[in-house]
Amino acid sequence: MAASHATTEKGHPALQHHFENMEQQREAGTIGMWVFLTTEIMFFGGMFLAYTLYRSKFPWAFASASNHLDITLGAVNTGVLILSSFTMALAVYCTQVGRRQIQIFALTATIVLGLTFLGIKAVEYYDKYEDNLIPGQLIPGHPFNPTVAREGEPFDKHKLHLLGNASVNNVEMFYWIYFAMTGMHALHMIIGVGIMSFLLYFSIKGRYDPEYHSPVEVSGLYWHFVDIIWIFLFPLLYLLGRHMEHLG
Amino acid sequence: MSEHIVPVRVYVVIFLALLVGTALTVLAAFYDFPFPAGNAIVALTIATIKATLVVLYFMHVRYSTRLVWVIVASALFWLAILFALTFSDYWTRGWLGFSS
Repeated sequence: MAASHATTEKGHPALQHHFENMEQQREAGTIGMWVFLTTEIMFFGGMFLAYTLYRSKFPWAFASASNHLDITLGAVNTGVLILSSFTMALAVYCTQVGRRQIQIFALTATIVLGLTFLGIKAVEYYDKYEDNLIPGQLIPGHPFNPTVAREGEPFDKHKLHLLGNASVNNVEMFYWIYFAMTGMHALHMIIGVGIMSFLLYFSIKGRYDPEYHSPVEVSGLYWHFVDIIWIFLFPLLYLLGRHMEHLG
Repeated sequence: MSEHIVPVRVYVVIFLALLVGTALTVLAAFYDFPFPAGNAIVALTIATIKATLVVLYFMHVRYSTRLVWVIVASALFWLAILFALTFSDYWTRGWLGFSS
């Protein structure tokens, strides 16, 4: 599309006056979203740095603490999030080609999958609460106080099995990082579900069309970004150290 | 519109690849790799491949303008600075014989 005829064309109702045409407006939106995501990468990057530092300092404590997490729930949640990214991509596609019914269905599916993820996360958090693994005094009157398994005791998933030279204090460090990172990720998911509900409402009202699909697309970028964070969190928090079980 | 519309079958293929990657990373976690930090290297390699697929196809970066490429690259560049400078401190403590 030639860029210089905006003044002679009748513009799209969603075209803002400071843009030449819809394509320029869409590209500006995409670039703006990527700049925001860059700041998000910096934000999560700091926490990934803290994780890397403390894990290299206390590998046994991190392995012991990590082994207490439920690998099945973590893996299922990874699948749920990947599927939600797929439905999000589908929603963007359907907006681009003007298939409104499927677009509405895909957005609904994304919301449902996002809520499923948060539900499973809540179950996991409750397990940690039951086993007194919430660090510090985050829950008043319910301090970090796990039951430590004695040496040679058979595996009990409610007890903390210390490997190597792990100490309870350093296990608590793992849980600070675990709750900071998964908590921040969950907050992003909650915001994402909010954005998706907004999109769903206006999709039903018929605001988006192949010419004007930028809001769906940039929200999709955000959703996929949150998925990427989890793609790294899952192996780092749940899986590394799993193979050290028999070495302890 | 000069915008590139990614066909649905590409999304399906990427989705399946991501699921396979997740299965592989879980399986690999129970295996002892016979080289130093083997498990961390394998897990992070799989995660990086998965993230790259999401960025290139789900997030359309492969079909985006060069300016978007520059922004994505700048994010990775600054992340690399964050890690490199911090670890150049932590990993070299003690080299001079002072305690850390």
